[in-house]
Amino acid sequence: MTPDDLRAGLLGHPKWDWLVAAEAHVRADPDAVATLFARAERTLGRDPLPGRPQWTSGRAGRALLLVALARTPDRVDRITTVYTQGDTAERIAVLQALPMLPIGAAAAPLLHDALRTNDARLVAAALGPYAAHLDQPSWRQGVVKCVFMGIPLDAVDRLDERADAGLAAMLAALAEERTAAGRAVPDDALALLHRLTESAS
Amino acid sequence: MRVFDPHIHMTSRTTDDYRNMAAAGVRAVLEPAFWLGQPRTNPGSFADYFDSLIGWEPYRAAQFGIRHHSAISLNPKEANDPRCRAVLDLIPRYLDKDGVVAVGEIGYDSMTPVEDTVFAAQLALARSYGLPALVHTPHRDKAVGTKRTLDVVAESGIDPGWVLVDHLNEVTVRQVRDSGCWTGFSIYPETKMSPDRMVAILKEYGPERVLVNSAADWGHSDPLLTVVTGNAMLAAGFSEDDVDLVLWRNPVEFYGQSGKLDLSDVPKPEGTFAGSSIARGGS
Repeated sequence: MTPDDLRAGLLGHPKWDWLVAAEAHVRADPDAVATLFARAERTLGRDPLPGRPQWTSGRAGRALLLVALARTPDRVDRITTVYTQGDTAERIAVLQALPMLPIGAAAAPLLHDALRTNDARLVAAALGPYAAHLDQPSWRQGVVKCVFMGIPLDAVDRLDERADAGLAAMLAALAEERTAAGRAVPDDALALLHRLTESAS
Repeated sequence: MRVFDPHIHMTSRTTDDYRNMAAAGVRAVLEPAFWLGQPRTNPGSFADYFDSLIGWEPYRAAQFGIRHHSAISLNPKEANDPRCRAVLDLIPRYLDKDGVVAVGEIGYDSMTPVEDTVFAAQLALARSYGLPALVHTPHRDKAVGTKRTLDVVAESGIDPGWVLVDHLNEVTVRQVRDSGCWTGFSIYPETKMSPDRMVAILKEYGPERVLVNSAADWGHSDPLLTVVTGNAMLAAGFSEDDVDLVLWRNPVEFYGQSGKLDLSDVPKPEGTFAGSSIARGGS
């Protein structure tokens, strides 16, 4: 996903002019982002973007405001502030936009913050493409946390590519614990464990 | 019976309460910012608290199908501590959040000069952000405090239809009704107001511009007393429509003035009550 893709998805939106003005406002005065970012979702709405089910109009608009904000020299601090001062929906929008911002791995601490929460939406959003910048132990903990919280594992970007023997051991231990307690293990976790043990044998 | 509890401090309540409230018909709540029992000593404590009111708490409520909105403010009691005064500078950014549909609860605790200033400043914030205000009346010296509250509301220039004056009783209800403000009643197991007394007040004044809440918090309180009051109304001969007006449509109309009240994921009740939902969007 690129900013141009999001722009294409929003073309013809009844509040398109609001968004264009908001982007210009942020480029001219980066401090304006706090207010505009907070208001973007109720202005642009929460309908999914056509053909892009992961994105709503509001979330795409917020991502484009971050793209505008990322032209500043202190972009990482500013993006971090938008996240820390955001409500849950704002934080999810930041996490989802991170891969398209010119910041390298600098915003990885935000993933750790999201993974510390008990909100399934934030945990899932932390394991998208930007999780390439998560160290492997934190990434494994994140995946197992998904299983614990009942978050479908298709939320995890590049799951099979990155899953390793360490994750397999953690999933096997979890499965053993759950089975001993007479509790179910989510099917997608069992299937992943199966794939990992197959490939190891 | 569908219930919107327009004043409840869920932060202080357990997840079992959410479960019981949902089972009894509570579909939406408004949680105003207030004190937490233990006084706070720095603005950071408030920021974390406000973040939980727009983050964790709505998420927890949603697990039980309950829609959670909040009101944000610096409460009068802690406003008296100079270490907490800078909280006022934090508040504007929260008032812009989607889930924040009012300023509150503000008003008087001990009626100090600092409380005068902070109360007036936050009524001004409500006006500039286009939000209604939830105003607490003091526990001590209540009748005098209520009159002074109404004077400050009048001086602020805010439309009284955008102000809910809460914790009223037999002595204070008349002056608030006459002011044009909405009237709030907190039904408590013992102190502020009981279901039967509430029914008597409703018989005398009617159900218009009346909101009934549990104000449940960390003290002796009961989050199901809204429902008990609805049942007491029915037993006293009020119609189901009257109960729906007091326990649902009045809070929806009052907080809906923010343009941000979002009840789109609350299931429609059986029956034909009108005006039940406020669409997403607005300002």
